[in-house]
Amino acid sequence: MESVRKQTGKPKEPISSTTLLLTITISTFIAMYLLAMIVWGGGFLNPQQFLDIFNNNAYLIVISCGVTLVMITAGIDISVGGTVALITMACVVFMEDYSGSVAASIILALGIGLAMGIVQGFLVAYLKIQPFIVTLAGMFFTKGMTTIVSKAPRTATNEVFLAMKNFRIELPFGTYGKTGNFIPARIEPGVIIALAIVFIVWVVLKWSRFGRNVYAVGGNSESALMLGINVKRTKFFAYVLSGIFAGIGGYVYLMHTGAGNAANAYQAEIQAIASSIIGGTLLTGGVGSVIGTLFGVMSLKTINNIVIASGLREPYWQSITTGLMLCFFILLQSVILTLRKKKRQGFTTADV
Amino acid sequence: MVNSTTLVKGLRKLSQSQLAIPLFALFLVIVFNVFRDISFFSISVKTNNFGNTVLSGNLISILNGASELAILAIGMTLVTSATKGQDISVGAAAAIAGSVFVKVLRANEITMPVILLALLTACIVAILFALFNGMLVARFDIQPMIASLIVFTAGRPIAYWINGGATPNVDSPLLSYIGSFIPGIPIPSPILIVIAFGILITLALRFTNLGLYIQSVGINERAARLNGINPVLMKLLVFMILGVCVTIAGSINVCRIGLINHETILIDIEMDAILAVAIGGNALSGGKFKLAGSVIGAYIIQALTITLYAMKVSSTAVKAYKAIVIIVIVVLGSPVVQKWVLQIRDRLFKKSMKLVEYK
Repeated sequence: MESVRKQTGKPKEPISSTTLLLTITISTFIAMYLLAMIVWGGGFLNPQQFLDIFNNNAYLIVISCGVTLVMITAGIDISVGGTVALITMACVVFMEDYSGSVAASIILALGIGLAMGIVQGFLVAYLKIQPFIVTLAGMFFTKGMTTIVSKAPRTATNEVFLAMKNFRIELPFGTYGKTGNFIPARIEPGVIIALAIVFIVWVVLKWSRFGRNVYAVGGNSESALMLGINVKRTKFFAYVLSGIFAGIGGYVYLMHTGAGNAANAYQAEIQAIASSIIGGTLLTGGVGSVIGTLFGVMSLKTINNIVIASGLREPYWQSITTGLMLCFFILLQSVILTLRKKKRQGFTTADV
Repeated sequence: MVNSTTLVKGLRKLSQSQLAIPLFALFLVIVFNVFRDISFFSISVKTNNFGNTVLSGNLISILNGASELAILAIGMTLVTSATKGQDISVGAAAAIAGSVFVKVLRANEITMPVILLALLTACIVAILFALFNGMLVARFDIQPMIASLIVFTAGRPIAYWINGGATPNVDSPLLSYIGSFIPGIPIPSPILIVIAFGILITLALRFTNLGLYIQSVGINERAARLNGINPVLMKLLVFMILGVCVTIAGSINVCRIGLINHETILIDIEMDAILAVAIGGNALSGGKFKLAGSVIGAYIIQALTITLYAMKVSSTAVKAYKAIVIIVIVVLGSPVVQKWVLQIRDRLFKKSMKLVEYK
């Protein structure tokens, strides 16, 4: 087969698993949204509702990027939700009780995230402790610390912060109200941060040496080691980045809600993992992309909107449809990857 | 001299055993409590509201409170061993099993046969959900954690739907026999159930090839298949056993509290169960396992929680302290740290040898 391709002078690169799964995710999302626009119309035709998916879930996009990065190295990070909750609480208490400035609170948020990332990364990469246990302890620690910082929910009243929180970026398009007045579509600054991070991580994973190392380590850490890649350092930095993204995500969450609460970002880690899976990242490592994760978050939230639009307003339907959607994507990926493996094995035997 | 070498040999043998980490952790918790407050270990005999003479004390509440966790840890160990992954849906599945249990109980007058019928129904439902996970894992080669994410997400809503969104209560002396005490026996029934279940599973593993087959599938699936073991069947089987464990844990919890709340029943227990397996010295990457380790792990977690409560730590803050202790235990158990410790010991030991030679 290979030789035939060479002779015809048309080298046809076989599409990689990452690209294939990414294509499936994006096309499913577009199909789903188009269907919703045709069937239910109404809110789905309103650009603001589409942008609200981003407004409400900017933090989830940010932390999912970190989780995807760690999952590509064949690890897992379930501490991110707890870190977000801890950061919202710590920053609000810092600004309220210690009259801290906004800039200092941003540094505090990044510092907490960085510290969590460094400790977890060290334990996983250098002490070789199972990532699930380390980040589970991280989740327990951050959730417990949140209630130690303050048990009651707190609301931020810092004026500079509130100005930042209520700041909206108006887009040049929008809808017309009932009286014919133009209502521009608005996005929060967190969305810009989230999309910028997706773009940066995508570029880093695609073109930087570190990014290629991440895929190599996740694909097969032993052969990566033999190729001279510093496996430990790569894993360590993946967890550090996940911690920093949890820090940024925590502050984005705070800018969205403006309150510190121990129940903040409840089960965000599971949603982040689910988004990564829907986006085509495999828990076994070596395969995945953050663009897919972005579409994973959007698919996850669009299906919720569809469930509400179709009249199933009781909250449990959202969880059940999320489960069904996960089931669909997991089975689809499994079947496709198995078929590809068989096909490839077929080729190699034919070549021999 | 001879005594000390045999002691060293014995210690070395113990340190290489899988049970070294859990026993050491348990030892740490006990020693800490001895120095903190020796009365922590006191056990008293009391008469409860129903007029039964019962044992009470911190030790009893540790053993009693960890019952559900211990049972789930047993099932989780088997799943971990055969599939190299963990089922994170046990809490949600227990909510479903508990809801079915309560639904059958409420549809009938509560008598012993009805309780058995309810248990059986709950068991069948739980096994069906476990088989769903098992099929994804065994047939479609999906990571157990990802496969069980589906039931984890949808499980509690399904439990909500079974009882129509209500949190119905069930009240019967027969149920309190399961959940608290049987008249005349001073030990809480959940402890007895754990002992009975543990003996049953141990016997099943010892007198059949089940344990060997499960481990060989976990260690090398291909080799197991070449030796005539059906890996798909073994994986389905461990998930079915986990389904039974889930039913027992869910039912005990329903009997203990007397109602089913789908939102809060056994919440976050999947994390504790996986933790129990890991603290028990079992590799989360599958293969060889020791059930005793996982059960001890479950009791360590509960002992830690009760100790922290005794130290007046608030129930929500307990998690943070628990996390620190867990990290200390796993760091001490990490092969890398053990190697460092051995190196340091060797260096010190050689130095002292040299000193002896000089003298």
